Amino acid sequence: MKITESQVLHVARLARLKLEPELLLRFQRELSSILDYMDLLKEVETTGVEPTFHAHALTNALREDSASPSQSRHDALSNAPRVHDDAFVVPKVIE
Amino acid sequence: MSDYVSVMGLEVHAQLLTNSKIFCPCSAAFGLDPNTNTCPVCMGMPGVLPVLNRKVVDSGIKLGLALNCTIENRNVFARKNYFYPDLPKGYQITQYENPLCSNGHLDIEVNGSKKRIGIRRIHMEEDAGKSIHDEKEPLSYIDFNRACVPLLEIVTEPDISTAQEAVAYLKELRQILMYLKICDGNMEEGSLRCDANISVMKKGAGILGTRTELKNMNSFKNVQRALDYEIERQIRLLESGREVEQETLLWNTSLGKTFSMRSKEESHDYRYFPEPDLIPIIVGDEWVERMKDTLPELPAARRQRFMELYGLPAYDADQLTQTLDLADYFEQCVHLLDSPKEISNWIMTEVMRVLNEKAIDIKDLLVTPSMLIGLVDLLKKGTVSGLMAKEIFTEMADTGKSAADIIKERGLEQVSDEGALKDLIKKIIEANPKESSQYRAGKTQLLGFFVGEVMKASKGKANPKVAGNIVKELLEP
Amino acid sequence: MLDTARIYRKNDMSPERHVEKLLSRIRQDTLNSFVTVDEEGALRQAVISGKAIEWGDEDLIQGIPVAVKDNICTKGIRTTCSSDILKGFIPTYDAHVIERLKARGAVILGKTNMDEFAMGSTTNTSNIGPSRNPWDMKKTPGGSSGGSAAAVAAGLCDVALGSDTGGSVRQPASFCGITGLKPTYGTVSRYGLVAFASSLDQIGPMGRSARDVAILYDAIKGYDKRDSTCVPKNYAATSLDGIDMKGLRIGLPDIFFAEGLSHDVERSVRFAVSVFRELGAEIVPVDLPRIRYGVAVYYIIAPAEASSNLARYDGVRYGTRHGDDKDLFEMYCETRAKGFNSEVKRRIMLGTYALSAGYYDAYYRKASQVRTLIVEDFRKAFESCDIIAGPTVPVTAFGLDEMLDDPLSIYLLDIYTIPANLTGIPALSIPCGFGDNGMPIGIQLMAPAFMDHIILGAGITFQDHTKFHEVKP
Repeated sequence: MKITESQVLHVARLARLKLEPELLLRFQRELSSILDYMDLLKEVETTGVEPTFHAHALTNALREDSASPSQSRHDALSNAPRVHDDAFVVPKVIE
Repeated sequence: MSDYVSVMGLEVHAQLLTNSKIFCPCSAAFGLDPNTNTCPVCMGMPGVLPVLNRKVVDSGIKLGLALNCTIENRNVFARKNYFYPDLPKGYQITQYENPLCSNGHLDIEVNGSKKRIGIRRIHMEEDAGKSIHDEKEPLSYIDFNRACVPLLEIVTEPDISTAQEAVAYLKELRQILMYLKICDGNMEEGSLRCDANISVMKKGAGILGTRTELKNMNSFKNVQRALDYEIERQIRLLESGREVEQETLLWNTSLGKTFSMRSKEESHDYRYFPEPDLIPIIVGDEWVERMKDTLPELPAARRQRFMELYGLPAYDADQLTQTLDLADYFEQCVHLLDSPKEISNWIMTEVMRVLNEKAIDIKDLLVTPSMLIGLVDLLKKGTVSGLMAKEIFTEMADTGKSAADIIKERGLEQVSDEGALKDLIKKIIEANPKESSQYRAGKTQLLGFFVGEVMKASKGKANPKVAGNIVKELLEP
Repeated sequence: MLDTARIYRKNDMSPERHVEKLLSRIRQDTLNSFVTVDEEGALRQAVISGKAIEWGDEDLIQGIPVAVKDNICTKGIRTTCSSDILKGFIPTYDAHVIERLKARGAVILGKTNMDEFAMGSTTNTSNIGPSRNPWDMKKTPGGSSGGSAAAVAAGLCDVALGSDTGGSVRQPASFCGITGLKPTYGTVSRYGLVAFASSLDQIGPMGRSARDVAILYDAIKGYDKRDSTCVPKNYAATSLDGIDMKGLRIGLPDIFFAEGLSHDVERSVRFAVSVFRELGAEIVPVDLPRIRYGVAVYYIIAPAEASSNLARYDGVRYGTRHGDDKDLFEMYCETRAKGFNSEVKRRIMLGTYALSAGYYDAYYRKASQVRTLIVEDFRKAFESCDIIAGPTVPVTAFGLDEMLDDPLSIYLLDIYTIPANLTGIPALSIPCGFGDNGMPIGIQLMAPAFMDHIILGAGITFQDHTKFHEVKP
């Protein structure tokens, strides 16, 4: 199957990736060929087969409802690219 | 206007009153300094993993039972992927397929008629942090204290037809949440949030109209105003031959209008897939039964019982069951003194007044049921007048002292002794010759004046009835 | 490691001396195997360990120098995943496995180079450039745990931790002539492992012998309540005596020996199988009919989960930010475009596509269904054998500049390692020979879930009877 340029752009947008034109073209080509390879799976009969999302059939990993001390604000902000008055700063969404 | 019907569904998010957050052990408390209530997990740091808080499942099951839902046996979580600064991981952990509860209903009453609102689903999910937008600079400030706080999302079927019904539903739902003690129901603070889906169509039309989504209604009043406005807006559009656009709208309280929330990304592709970091939760019969055993009598049932058992009018039943604690208080009083209407009056007037003035809950009121009944007893015995009783109540609420103690301390015993009163009244009659003669001449309405004087002179302690009789007696021509 | 532990206790060398020696080697390292070296911390712990041993501590882990792959969080030590987007990131928390190791006195030497975000098979995609294979500097050490493998092979550490999502511990172990284990999924906590594909990732021990790997595995495995996918079990220590091969059934799937497998690799692997037979094992044929779909299944599921796991790298709370002067959307797009390399971007794109509206059923769900069938195949195969053996990689280490243009052909090299990740079963790679060009070759042993001790035991026994693992580059 072929991925169109607008599909690549749409996916890049969903993934918040800015792609240079050469990369866009390259991805279009590579993704198409990779997805062509995935067509292999069409050969496999999977009607009625339950999908596997976890390696083992475990259930009920639960935690008791007790609070533990939080990390210090200093630690929380320690890797922040931009801070102001104890909050993380980001550019606004421009409509 | 009446050519059209509106079709509405509500999505309510309830913040849960758990000790810790849903996927990490940070406290779920509200109102702390920014970014002081976080940990690597709720901040979405590299390498961290979620672990589910059992109490969140408990709360969801309880609510599901209260809303007559089917409880899902095999629960899974999913990732809802989108980018926003207050969403630390770039996805929200929520339930997509197999929500915890489904297929329930909530009965409401509007203008005397009952209506059943279908509950489509209730599911568990995590909250995001908070963004505050700078007014001048193009910047936003993010606080992650609220990230990962547990939420239950309750989605109705599109069974709601008027704004009034929506408010009735919300009020009833909120009351149930508070009776179950799983949410504090505070819309202003955001622990209870409401979004609506609204469409209109011509009566009898086969197909539904285009739906808009409405957000940012932070009080019952605003829900009413916003929905009324939006229904009206859609009808006007259609009547002028135009179309309703499918969009998300924000209610603006100050301007009283809805505004479109157009963003760069028109369509949201959330790319839901099962959360690989969380394993399924099996909720078996035993767990459900255990939760069933903890359910209190729900508001509707309690109101009904108050009316039937205590013969109270609907208004009283409504008022007294506003909160579970208040209803309990009432019943504890009736247990001590079998005079439900009298107690109801006391609670609806003096008790509520004090609670409002002091901005406290009934459980913080210093006047316990037995103390209240103590006061009511003394009133019945005639030891104090009605007027005095109200004053005494206020002091009891201020100080926590019993009625008997206050009466003794302030010497407030109602004076009913005829002998003592006779002397006082004689003096008042003498001091008011003009009124006395007018009364003797036939102006019997001056009785009130004399009784008033007696109350003044006795500093409220006189028994007005007895005083009145003595006045009549002494002024008999 | 075992040798070091003995040497420490014989008083032949103190941990401090040993660590100093390694640090000096690392300083002169031309393999580019380390991203960050924590000399101060390492020496500090070495001194403490020295005292502990003096006072009679018998813990084998005490004072052992460990290299840690740079996608495992180490408190106070820069953790970058060999990516620009985490260039300056310093975690305020240790991964669970690090907590365990520190509690037992291990010496953390530093963080090793890898393919960016563990996506790759060469370390070529690292932001600090590729690591090199100590057997031939012009060749790749493999990936994504290439730095760890090179460091172990070159004697820059005693043992190392890597991570394995599709073969990233085993393939570099094979390329570098060392031993590497991908444990049963859920036996080692993932808390603190920077997630690539959550349902496939496991941290894996790497060393110059199966015994070392077994000891390190014991040290890091065990229940951690902070990882919901961690199995709530406590395990007995792995026996270091090896196992009696008599009666052990080793399954050999024909499909592992089909076209695409290098002749010299096949030769070495078949030789290793004959050694097992000599030692008493019974070799049986087994069938894994749907394994040929493994690569396709993996390259849908792994990128899909990764695309979601990597969404948190948005420049808001940590990491390098770009486009701060623009609006939010631009900031996200520039931060991620500049912070991620093209392989990471490619996989994010692939994963996003596989999950997107209209494609979820055809790709992610379909792949997950075929995954079930592959699990079935292995379950059936293990009815007739105890271990499934085969080559770890179809080839030996290739040149650093080879295969740069064709992602798909690199993906296909994961054909033997991917199934263990999809099924959650344990898999061990041990050296079993050398190629025509002298480069190391590994044989892979797989066992049913939670039977890690069987393959470790078989590996130990094999190494007690062969010398491949003792050859140094």
